[in-house]
Amino acid sequence: MKIIGLIINPIAGMGGRVGLKGTDGIETLNKAIQLGAIKEAPNKAIKALRKLEPIKEKLLILTSSSDMGENQCKALGFNHEVVYKSNKITVFLDTLNAAKIMEKRGADLIIFVGGDGTARDIYNAVENRVVTVGIPAGVKIQSPVYGNTPELAGELALMYLKDGNLHIKEEEVVDIDEEAFRNNQVRTKLFGYLKVPYKKEWLQNKKAPTPLGEEESQKAIGLDIIDNMLEDIYYLIGPGTTTKAIMDQLNLPNSLLGVDIIKNKTIVKLDCNEKDILDILGNSVGKLIITPTGGQGYLLGRGNQQISPKVIEKIKKDNIIVISPNSKIVELKGNPLLIYTGDEALDKNLEGYYRIKIGYGMDIMYKVSVGH
Amino acid sequence: MKRIVRNSKVRDFHQARWNEPIIFELSRKGERGVLVPKAEADIVKQVGDGLSKIPSKMRRNGLPNLPEINQKRVLMHYLRLSQETLGGDVNIEIGQGTCTVKYNPKINDKIANTEKMTALHPLQDKSTVQGILEIIYKTDLMMREISGMNYFSFQPGGGSQATMSMASIVRMYHRLRGEEDKRDEIITTVYSHPSDAAAPALKGYKIITIMTDENGQPDYEAFKAAVSERTAAFVVANPEDTGIFNPRIKEFTDLITKAGGLNCYDQANANGLFGIARAKEAGFHMCYFNLHKSFGTPHGCGGPGSGALGVIEELRDYLPKPLVEFDGDKYFLDYDLKNSIGKVKSFQGSPQVVLKAYAWIMSLGAEGLYEVAKIASLNNIYLIKKLLEYKGLTVPYKVDTQRIEQARYTMEEITKDTGITSGDLARRVMDFGMHIWSSHHPYYIPEPLTLEPTETPSKDDLDEYIKTIHHIFDEAYENPEIIHNAPHNSTIHQVDETSLDDSEKWCPTWRVYLRKTKED
Amino acid sequence: MTIRGFKNHPYIPNSNLEVQQEMLRELGLESLNDLHVEIPEELKLKKALNLPKAFESEYELKRSINKIMNKNISSNEYINFLGAGCWQHYVPAVCDEINSRAEFLTGYAGEPYNDHGRFQTLFEYESLVAELLDMDVVNVPTFDWAQAAATSLRMASRITRRSEALVVGTICPDRLMIIQNYCDPGVEIKLINFNKETGRMDLEDLKKNISNNTAAVYFENPSYLGFLEDQGEEISKITHDRGAILVVGVDPSSLGVLAPPSHYGADIICGDLQPLGMHMNYGGNQSGFISTKDEERFVMEFPSRLFGIAPTIKEGEYGFGDIAYERTSFGNLRERGKEYVGTQTALLGITAGVYLSLMGPKGMYELGENIVQKSLYAIEELSKLKGVKGSRFNNIGFKEFVVDFNDTGKTVEEINGKLLFKGILGGKDLSEEFPELGQCALYCVTEIHLKEDIDNLVKAIREIIE
Repeated sequence: MKIIGLIINPIAGMGGRVGLKGTDGIETLNKAIQLGAIKEAPNKAIKALRKLEPIKEKLLILTSSSDMGENQCKALGFNHEVVYKSNKITVFLDTLNAAKIMEKRGADLIIFVGGDGTARDIYNAVENRVVTVGIPAGVKIQSPVYGNTPELAGELALMYLKDGNLHIKEEEVVDIDEEAFRNNQVRTKLFGYLKVPYKKEWLQNKKAPTPLGEEESQKAIGLDIIDNMLEDIYYLIGPGTTTKAIMDQLNLPNSLLGVDIIKNKTIVKLDCNEKDILDILGNSVGKLIITPTGGQGYLLGRGNQQISPKVIEKIKKDNIIVISPNSKIVELKGNPLLIYTGDEALDKNLEGYYRIKIGYGMDIMYKVSVGH
Repeated sequence: MKRIVRNSKVRDFHQARWNEPIIFELSRKGERGVLVPKAEADIVKQVGDGLSKIPSKMRRNGLPNLPEINQKRVLMHYLRLSQETLGGDVNIEIGQGTCTVKYNPKINDKIANTEKMTALHPLQDKSTVQGILEIIYKTDLMMREISGMNYFSFQPGGGSQATMSMASIVRMYHRLRGEEDKRDEIITTVYSHPSDAAAPALKGYKIITIMTDENGQPDYEAFKAAVSERTAAFVVANPEDTGIFNPRIKEFTDLITKAGGLNCYDQANANGLFGIARAKEAGFHMCYFNLHKSFGTPHGCGGPGSGALGVIEELRDYLPKPLVEFDGDKYFLDYDLKNSIGKVKSFQGSPQVVLKAYAWIMSLGAEGLYEVAKIASLNNIYLIKKLLEYKGLTVPYKVDTQRIEQARYTMEEITKDTGITSGDLARRVMDFGMHIWSSHHPYYIPEPLTLEPTETPSKDDLDEYIKTIHHIFDEAYENPEIIHNAPHNSTIHQVDETSLDDSEKWCPTWRVYLRKTKED
Repeated sequence: MTIRGFKNHPYIPNSNLEVQQEMLRELGLESLNDLHVEIPEELKLKKALNLPKAFESEYELKRSINKIMNKNISSNEYINFLGAGCWQHYVPAVCDEINSRAEFLTGYAGEPYNDHGRFQTLFEYESLVAELLDMDVVNVPTFDWAQAAATSLRMASRITRRSEALVVGTICPDRLMIIQNYCDPGVEIKLINFNKETGRMDLEDLKKNISNNTAAVYFENPSYLGFLEDQGEEISKITHDRGAILVVGVDPSSLGVLAPPSHYGADIICGDLQPLGMHMNYGGNQSGFISTKDEERFVMEFPSRLFGIAPTIKEGEYGFGDIAYERTSFGNLRERGKEYVGTQTALLGITAGVYLSLMGPKGMYELGENIVQKSLYAIEELSKLKGVKGSRFNNIGFKEFVVDFNDTGKTVEEINGKLLFKGILGGKDLSEEFPELGQCALYCVTEIHLKEDIDNLVKAIREIIE
């Protein structure tokens, strides 16, 4: 018997049809309803759940009341249990609380239906402790934790539950500053990471080596960095799973979203703010290791504001080491990596070609430009 | 009778499907496939069975568990399996782009299959092998003219071994200059063949890859930023796997030369450049040709091939030993190469492949080689134009940049519209007796197809290929299910690959299969 | 200016002017000069290549090349006693029939569906060689024995994370050169002394040199010089006690009668497929195999392809695919021992499979027995000659043996020169490779030699040295 948690944010996506950019916040939602928006998410949930029918007999679905999952389970005749009830219009607290209960009840997998906001709520509840599958229904989908379509997400969940031998990776939960978004400004931010299963694409280049998977790449990059670390130098390890791999291989604790400082392969301080960094560095040499985070290829300026212009001026451009699995570079489709520290002159100065470390002993030359 | 109407737009094809057992299942105790000579009675009388003289711990206990099968059944088995293989001779071979699968003239095989080739031992006295040495030497001379290089070694057995040999020469070159430790980087480009990065990595080099600019050409500014006193060499293909030629190549190689590095040219596929442009004028110090690609020798399901490695005068002494030389009277093997990297392959590499390449060149001459390059390009440009008439298929970077002999396409839009991927297309195209192989690394281009017609298909062949691809695109929009479940008319159905990555379940040999699938 | 092309060439259908014009018109181009426009003028050749003129017919081509090739004297015209890594065996007709099939000959990199036959034949070859070796995993073949040995040593280095290999001192020097180049940098090769009387490995020297940095110990059976190394179990123990990996090279044609190295502790076995159905082709048909147990730590270090059997969606149908394909790029990242795959010698693997299917267990046994008897006979007969020792080493061998001419007062070069006049290709002169042996030659006797061939050899040498 497999236990899955099902969380539907029934209002996700309602804003889209009526020209609103998201439904976060009660006022926006009311406006959407006034404009005649209909619930999209429940139907999408059904599309995905249908894919689980072959293993129906072996499933117990923990879910929330009415259109937050209960109705959909009933409609398809799934064995289910309502573990969370809410009479109000769904707000973020429902997602958060339901996810927490499901984790406690030992869910093998949480399937959630929504958009970036929903992913954020799930992250806040379970962080990266439970494997999740996202069914896309929101207006904003920037976080790569979602399947491309409800059907594909359903298939992924089925494969994960059936054989359990899919690979697991941590994907970014990225969301946009909603206020700015409604003013037509796109600004994403990295909020955390969710664990998602993925199917390795069978890329059959049988004449040449296949590229390493993302996790193996990160490990390879980490080994390269460690093997080339200099003594008595501060290393600032920026946020992200790729930089985290360095710390993991040194068997050091680390803050996934923060800046950690190490020297001679031991911790100096975890999760530093700008002041910590400046204080620790003093007048000594430091090297900064960063990786693109927060979507859209940002190296600086998305979710790593601790690495301020002052910090960078102290470190100096030559001491910035950029690392990234090649798969992330491929996603850029040739667009440059971006920086936006807020200091125009500094940003200009930081532009140019960088060696991006993509594997052990493997670099690519890549362009870095000023973002906004 | 009535005229038989044949108006099907695409080929009504079905590949052979014999459903042959595994060879071990054909075993019948006591059957023999071939008889082996026995020692004469006088010998047996003198030395006995011989085997009892071998220490018992070195003798095999019992016989190896090989099958016992009569000759006809062995023959039938393998003939059936051959029919279940889509060789270049039986299909319009366009879909294995970068591999230059062209027509391999039968006469060349015939010439190489005589005892004057097959029954030569590699250590025979030179007076008894003047013929094959002459062929190797003359092929060397012709390769020199084709590339502008000064000496060739035919020792490497394929492209990756040739690239490894180039990297070995690079290492030895800098070692003898006392710069081995300092120069630890090799630069390549993103659309050069993946072996251009992999083989130097084996020789301990760090690899720096140059991305393309918006025109699909290696970004010169990025290249400039990468070249330094740590640069050992530049290993590159041109045109690259996209079919795009880098017109500034001389600026690239000049920069490397100035920085003290060596320029290595991956000309595995030189098909579009014969008689048009050469390694020498582009500033290269070394290059190699895959004889089993450009020079029309058979691929043999993956070898034996030959990666003919050419170098400039100054690098002659670094080549693997020995070289074939001519003293004006006799051909001989010259082992006196003082900086040689040693050897990369036994004896003289694959001389039978060199012989076939020699025959190929001699059937074409300078005018024929030029025609090869021109028609390989013409066929390619024609294929691009016609294929792109289908909305949704395109070539990345500038569409109007003329490709040389091959092109990488993207069907991303079709995939977006229909969900049919290039992998799906590869499976479906088999139902029409064709290939589209699934190798397009490094996957910067989504939903890629890499197509290389070479000079050997006719216009009719090209038209059939184009029609078939378009037909499948139509299916993607109208009847995608037929693609999802493809292949239908191939030898077997979709393989369940789940066991292949699991050490508990994978079965690399029959004995392991019998063990792991045993029912209790 | 325009360089002339070869029109209406049979290999280039669209060199037909009429079709060419039609295609150019379609493309809106005037002439073939409108192609290759992306190549800058300064890189373009301005005149035709200076190559010999093409033959104008297939007949003339064939006649001319045959004329050159007829200058060769094949090993079938003379009696051949050369081996040393390339051996003359009988090649059954069915082997030639199968590897000349156009589908195999011109196949390449199709998928498991339309190249099902390629996958199955190579899976069968792997399975047949596995039986011969009594091992579980065999790769799609690599270039040759030397490459197989070099890769085996790199695999061992990655598995053990150590950087030195101890190699038997009687290894073929050419093979050693290939191994050294391939393993440099990363794995250092050290040679272990051998006993001058028996040829066997000097175990004291092995014990002295083995250390915690030893990734692998490598020896061969039969050795390059023909004799058997029968201390396999002892070497295995010394190797494994130090946590190193035992790599053994083997001539597979011996395995109908000789114990496979897996029986005396080999972890990795390598060797050459050439004796299994391949013509000599002036050394062009060498083909290396590597074999291990079915353990993940070994399998994951193969750089080669491994074809495995798998079900298809249709009940009762065999399918095939690549086992653990991602490993081919993995390697031990730290030691940069990453290797690569590419075109190697697949067709020869297919041929070896056909050969073993034909030979069966009895064929391989009879082959081995015959070779042992014939070589013993040759050694005995040669030993009857004054000043000649039929076998330099006091040790039994297989197929090859070192004939000692030191006491004849003649050099091997001299003897071989005279043998050539008598239509005999004498054994390989070892005086340069192993100067400590003086005037010795490596002779090879296989099932192709009749008693009269050996008698002729003995008679000829007698005439030369007496």
